[in-house]
Amino acid sequence: MNNIVVLPMVIPLLVGIILIFLRSYVKVQRVLSLIAVIATGIVSIYILNVIQSEGILRLDFGGWLPPYGILFVADSFSVLLVLTTAIVSTIILLYAFSTIGAVRENMYFYSFVLFLIAGVNGSFLTGDLFNLFVCFEVMLLASYVLITLGGRKVQLVESIKYVVINILSSWFFLLGIAYLYGSVGTLNMAHLSERIAEVGQGPLLTTISLIFLVVFSLKSGLLLYFWLPGSYSVPPTAIAALFGALLTKVGIYAMFRTFTLIFYHEPSITHTLIGIMAAITMIGGSIGAIAYKDVRQIVTYNVVITIGFILVGLAVSTEVAIMGSIYYLVHDMIIKALLFLLAGTMIYLTGTSRIEDMSGLIRNYPVLGWLFFLTTLSLAGIPPLSGFIGKLYVGQGAVEAGSYTLLAIAFLSSMFVLYSLLQIFMNAFWGETIISEDEETPLKNRLLVPCIILGVATIALGIGAESIAGYVSDAAKTLMNPQIYIDAVMNGNR
Amino acid sequence: METLITILVGILVTVAVYLLLSRSLIRIIIGTAVLSHAVHLLLMVMGGLKKGSAPLLGENATSYTDPLPQALILTAIVISFAVTAFLLVLGYRTYQETGLDDSKELRGFTDE
Repeated sequence: MNNIVVLPMVIPLLVGIILIFLRSYVKVQRVLSLIAVIATGIVSIYILNVIQSEGILRLDFGGWLPPYGILFVADSFSVLLVLTTAIVSTIILLYAFSTIGAVRENMYFYSFVLFLIAGVNGSFLTGDLFNLFVCFEVMLLASYVLITLGGRKVQLVESIKYVVINILSSWFFLLGIAYLYGSVGTLNMAHLSERIAEVGQGPLLTTISLIFLVVFSLKSGLLLYFWLPGSYSVPPTAIAALFGALLTKVGIYAMFRTFTLIFYHEPSITHTLIGIMAAITMIGGSIGAIAYKDVRQIVTYNVVITIGFILVGLAVSTEVAIMGSIYYLVHDMIIKALLFLLAGTMIYLTGTSRIEDMSGLIRNYPVLGWLFFLTTLSLAGIPPLSGFIGKLYVGQGAVEAGSYTLLAIAFLSSMFVLYSLLQIFMNAFWGETIISEDEETPLKNRLLVPCIILGVATIALGIGAESIAGYVSDAAKTLMNPQIYIDAVMNGNR
Repeated sequence: METLITILVGILVTVAVYLLLSRSLIRIIIGTAVLSHAVHLLLMVMGGLKKGSAPLLGENATSYTDPLPQALILTAIVISFAVTAFLLVLGYRTYQETGLDDSKELRGFTDE
């Protein structure tokens, strides 16, 4: 029992509620929301270190011991993601201060960002399947509001699609929960894992696991990503960056959790299917990324490719591959935020999102240009940067497991990532400048500084991979040995 | 009783799918509402419709009803209520802005 585990969800939630009453004080709202996300980050660093010394932490709400009550469980995997969420959202908030506009700031923008973060952190920390559903809904409702905030026509039209798709996937989630409760009689994840190991994962339970696969694929955009490009390209930059960095990752997290902790007995069916879906996702994403000439579309299709790549690690399911996926997940949250911010800044500077209409931006804005180049290299996985180590481990895991087709598709898709981003770089940054000195929109430092911080973060994560190596390998070990998690939840009645 | 409600769930899902596949926006919204009610009933049935007494500590009944499905449904109903309310407002605002209630015509809408 450790009450600190609940703080990453409670801090943003409480501050978000307080901010509702401070609607007209925009400056106060900014400061408070920034303090809230930074506090979440500090708390999660503390929790991460406590886990290393004391093992997995658990908080039983109301003192009801598992499996009777609902609970929060913090292991290295979830807290690493909570920490990354805090870092990324801090920087995106910095960017939002100067770009989001007074209209949105007055319409509870910061409250909803904090609710979104509360939902994301709750999903990472919960140890109960129904609680996961509730936290998903908290996050999704906040995201519905954020995507429609401002009420431009195109936003409204795209968000209807997004909302209906998510209602359907929530419906499937409840369906899966109902069937699972009917057949096993519990919803506590550790207890579920224990019981399924006892009765064996028969055809019925495998079918139920496939329902969960559909649900989390819809949330994370694995194969079922058709809703993603539209809805991620309509909201303003800061919100799109928040979505690109956080929302799909929650689905990926849930998929890792369920398929390593609960339904790991029939890998020949479930994990093979995940592998096939990951491969198709990467192929589809690659086609999308090179097909469009619109910066926003290219960037959102890059999100799709990455989802496929991370899930290769789960499909292969060796400890090394899982480690690679975790590294890549952390890297991707940072670099996708950076990519979305850069794309948004380019659109802000040129007033267009088509790459044919931009040229020679690097002459006007050299720092922006080199940052974009850095992002390209990092996403492609060039060694000193953060993408490399994840790709290396995923590749190594795939070789160990002998899945060479997946490996080939995964690395070919990296080529397409490189190609699609270099296409933006060559078209928009290289060549003759078409903006003359006096037409030049000044690039404010307030826009550039968050991007630079994220750029430094990707270099630091690449060079200083050692510093998080201990946490990552601990997370991978817990994921590959469900017994550790079960023991911590069911037996460690501290 | 369980069989009856299972059949009812099936009928509700059929109705909801029919509504969801129609072109009118308001029908789609009603479809999602019906769909979530169907799954709430399913949650209830999967927990088992038992005839025990209320699950209270300290009473001496021979059998107790499982309280968990009810707690789950209550939460799920609140959530679906909120989402339906949001979706209704969203549909109304979209109709106000675009003057369209047809999902086919709304497709690929890029006009600012």
